Order: sequence, then C-alpha cells, then structure tokens
Amino acid sequence: MKILVCISKTPDTTAKIAFVEGNTKFDENGVQWIINPYDEWYSLVKAIELKEKDPTTIIHLVTVGGADAEPIIRKALALGGDEAIRVNSISNDSFSVATSIAQVAKEGAYDLIFTGKETIDYNSSCIGSMVSAMLDLPFVSLATHLELNGTTATLKREIEGGEETCEAILPIVVSCQKGMAEQRIPNMRGIMAARTKPLKVIEPASIAASTTIKTFELPPAKSGVKLIDADKMDELVKLLKEEAKVI
Amino acid sequence: MVLIYIDQADQQIKKSTQEALSYGAAIAKQLGTTAEALLLGNVSDNLTALGNYGVTKVHHINNAQLNTFDAKVNATVVAHAAKKLNATVVVFAHNINGKAIAPAVAVKLQAGIVTGASSLPDTTNGFVVTKTVFSGKAFAAIQIETPIKVISLNQNSFGVHTQEATAIVEILDITVPAPSIKITSVDKIVGEIPLTEASLVVSGGRGLKGPENWGILLDLAKSLGASTACSRPVSDADWRPHHEHVGQTGIQIAPNLYIAIGISGAIQHLAGVNRSKTIVVINKDAEAPFFKAADYGVVGDAFEIVPALTAAIIKSKASA
Ligand SMILES: Cc1cc2nc3c(=O)[nH]c(=O)nc-3n(C[C@H](O)[C@H](O)[C@H](O)COP(=O)(O)OP(=O)(O)OC[C@H]3O[C@@H](n4cnc5c(N)ncnc54)[C@H](O)[C@@H]3O)c2cc1C
Repeated sequence: MKILVCISKTPDTTAKIAFVEGNTKFDENGVQWIINPYDEWYSLVKAIELKEKDPTTIIHLVTVGGADAEPIIRKALALGGDEAIRVNSISNDSFSVATSIAQVAKEGAYDLIFTGKETIDYNSSCIGSMVSAMLDLPFVSLATHLELNGTTATLKREIEGGEETCEAILPIVVSCQKGMAEQRIPNMRGIMAARTKPLKVIEPASIAASTTIKTFELPPAKSGVKLIDADKMDELVKLLKEEAKVI
Repeated sequence: MVLIYIDQADQQIKKSTQEALSYGAAIAKQLGTTAEALLLGNVSDNLTALGNYGVTKVHHINNAQLNTFDAKVNATVVAHAAKKLNATVVVFAHNINGKAIAPAVAVKLQAGIVTGASSLPDTTNGFVVTKTVFSGKAFAAIQIETPIKVISLNQNSFGVHTQEATAIVEILDITVPAPSIKITSVDKIVGEIPLTEASLVVSGGRGLKGPENWGILLDLAKSLGASTACSRPVSDADWRPHHEHVGQTGIQIAPNLYIAIGISGAIQHLAGVNRSKTIVVINKDAEAPFFKAADYGVVGDAFEIVPALTAAIIKSKASA
C-alpha cells in the first residue's frame, strides 16, 4: 500500500489577516505558519493509522511551495510518513498546484491520494477534484471514514443532511475532513526521526496559471452591536422582524 | 452561453440550485448571451418551471445511472455536455457536490476556475470574480485568464431571483461512463433542514453547561422553524452530534439569522458563521468577543433569556 498525503502550509487560525503592496499581497509579517489543519488532523493522521494497521504501508508527503515550506513538511514528518517531496513552486493558482501534485502522484503509483477538505487560506477546495481528473481516478470528497479491505475502500462521505457510504476500488483520491481520524501531537521520537527523513526537492513542469489574484479586500466592519436589555425580548423580536427582516 | 449545473438528490432539485440558476442567468445577461441549465438524471420537479430563474433551456441527460452522484462520472458527463453545447461559462453551487466536481470539470475544459464566488463577475475589463478567502475574513478578486470559465457560487450570497417564464426542455444524449464507485447506503437525518441550506440557525456553546440543558435551545429553534448548530467543544464532548459543529474546522454556513447562545466567539468559530446576514449573540459576559461580530446582543444568563425569547416569538407569531 502506497499513500500520498498532500500537505499545505497555511497561516495559523488566529493569524491577523491584512494585505500589503496596494492590497495585492497577504501580509506575512508576524504570521505563524502551520500545517493546514485538514491536511494534518485528518489526511495525515488517517494515513498513519493505516500504516499502524499494515506496517508495510509507505507514506509519502507532498507539498508545493518554496523553501519556507520545509519547516512545515518536517513538522508533518514528525507526526509520521516515510519521506517527503517538495515541488519547488510558489503559486496560489489551484490548477498549477494540482498539476505539480498529479505529476508526483503519477510517478509514485500510489493507491491512495489524500487531500484535506480545503485549505484555510484560499478555501478553494480544488486540489483533490483536479488531481482526480488529471489522473482519471475516482474521487470521494469530504470523507469522514475510510476502511480498507484488500484493494477495496469503504468510505463515508458527507451529503446534505446526512452521509453516504460507498465502495471504490483503489487507486482513488479522497478529500478528508472531521471524523476521518483523531488529531495527534508529535512526540520527541517523531521530531528526532523527522530530521533525517528524506526530503526530495523537484522542479515543477512549466505551467501557465489559469487565474491571477488581482486584489484583496477586507469585509466592511460591522456597524456595531445593538444591545437589548435581557428583559425586553419583545423588542428583539420586533427588531428581527422589522429592522433586520429575517423572521 | 452560460451553463448552470442542476444539483439533485432523491429525485429532487436542491434548493441551492435555484440560487445558482439566478446567478448564472445574471452573468448571461451581463455578457449578452443565454443561460441554460444542465440536469443529470431524473427528478420529479417540473423542469419547464426552471425558466422562472432565468434559464431559457434545460438540457436533460435522462440516464437513470445519473440519479445518484459519482464525482468522476458526473464531472466527465458535465464536461462533455459543456463542450457539446459550446458553453463559455459553467456555473455550480459551491455546495458538497459542486465542490466535488467543478474543479474536475475545469481541468477537463482547460478552464480557469474560481470556487466560492461571492458576487457577480466584473466583466468590464477581462473576467474578474470575487471570492471569500481566509475563511470569510477577506475577499480576493481573481482574474480568470482562459477562454472558458468555471465558477462555483457561495451559498446564500446572491439570492434567488425569479420572473415569470418557462424553459424549453431538450433531451441531451451523452455517453455515460461506467460507475467509479458503488453507493451502498445513505443515512439522512429525517425531518431536519440540512444546516447548509437553513436560513435560520440557533446555535449553542459551552455556556449551556451540558447536553441536558439543550431543551431551551431546541424550543427556541422550534418556535422559529430553525435548524440547530453548536461550537466545536460541544460536539467534541458529544453533547451534540458532529454534523452540528460549525466553524473553521466544521461546517461553514451563511444563514439569514444566526443566534449564538453561550458561545464566546473564538476566531475559529466566527470563521464558520461570519457570512451570516444577521447575528444575535446571547452571552452573560459583556466582554465576549462574539459581541464585536454581532448585529444584536443580549448580555445576561441564557437560561433566563432564551425561554423569554422563545415566548416572545410565539407571542409575535400568534398575533401576526
Ligand atoms: C485550529 C483550531 C480550529 C478550531 N475550529 C473550531 C471550529 O470549527 N468551531 C468552533 O466552534 N471552535 C473551533 N475551535 C475552538 C475555538 O478556539 C474555541 O475554543 C471554541 O469555539 C469555544 O467554544 P464555546 O464558545 O462553546 O466555549 P467557550 O469559549 O468556553 O465559551 C463559552 C461562553 O459561554 C458564556 N456563558 C457561560 N455561561 C453562560 C450563561 N449561563 N449564559 C450565557 N452565556 C454563558 C461564556 O461567557 C463564554 O463566552 C478551534 C480551535 C483551533 C485551535
């Protein structure tokens, strides 16, 4: 069993969101970087769980990014995984990122390709779907559960108002979310081991971006909360009806 | 031509499709072209009535295999149809199935894509789509560079716009590839509006102290006809089911009304609800960060306020 886990570097969930250079660039000043939570808590830990069940499993991590993504990929290796590949390309165009990942995936002949549900910065939720199309593989999105039986995977995925169980024959692409696995914290042994795990850097194929970010904008600030006395709920109902017009 | 994907489940068109149709029709108008819809599989809805949302035609691929969703199959079929019909813009709702196939369709059409669009594209100089980024904390205006464009629309960001019109229904013949997955069971929570489609949501946090206290929240939800949600620690502690967890790591929602009860308003929680039209916060701590993101606030004990609010709603409904 060979698993490829896609790892993305994202700003910490509490990072201050601001922009520079005429609102064309995210302000990285003072930002703490983390592994995208969906990639870490769900895809990576699920892959580790599968390896714990079947120790012959090989886990590769892939990230598309500059050298500044290496601390993140080392952190991921500290949780688990056998080796990592960094495609040396800085891009926020999903198509370019997916093309790089598909290239790695094709060469590695993986049985399972995991992505997180989305990244918490660009929230595009594109990579899994794109990679599956590029490799012509089945895609199960927003998976909350996966079990393997030989080359058959049984998965649960979120649907509106419930969940659906399905079976697919490997290889497949899966986007992972809450439910797939339980968050883990790396231990000292993992951190030490991660230092010497192979991290291969490869150059991307030249890809023309299909989209370009022009500008960023912050949402208009809320005009301020209107406080209502705890004993005046009739007034709140009236405001919701007549002012906000939502009930 | 602007082609809009109709999402369906259980032989019914999903509510989010109405908004996607309205949005696609508005883009078509802006570009001086027509809006047409694409349906995979069979539904019980009246298809000619989809004209009310601004589409002139509904292309129907009436193959029963397509009654259930298979991302690989659906993406392949939609891409073939879009090519055959010469669509220049393909629109999806940014819902569960839209997220699963829109990017794959873009790859197959060699089209640039923007997912999670929040408003109409600016077509005065190129084709620029604004989308939410950083979990609703900012917007990005993104230029699509390719001749064909794919867009998925954030739910509850454009609204449903109707007119009196009928659409022509045409059967479209597209070869359907063999299934790539086998669906073995479907579990739906019956009688509840899915959280992502709810326009009114009542949500509870750790301030409610324990699952045994949820009755007051459920009564309030019932008086409004609202769906229920919760903060992450609440679902982590199994006070409420996991599918109610909203936030950065849960479900992202944008209802018309979000009532937060005993939730502090941590940044990760706000990331899932900050696109709600109106936010009401009930919290005993006047310093709770949630008040900064709220439209209306009540400072005080939820155990007294919530039943009083429920009573006021029932009273107001009775007199209406
Ligand atoms: C990476 C990451 C991702 C996360 N993702 C999410 C997410 O998706 N969703 C999410 O919700 N959280 C998420 N969290 C957790 C988040 O940071 C907060 O810890 C969480 O939202 C707090 O939940 P709460 O507001 O219910 O509880 P608390 O923060 O404990 O707040 C309880 C509130 O109830 C009030 N209260 C107490 N008693 C009463 C009373 N009698 N009447 C009225 N008010 C009362 C208190 O004043 C307080 O404000 C995430 C955290 C991290 C680090």
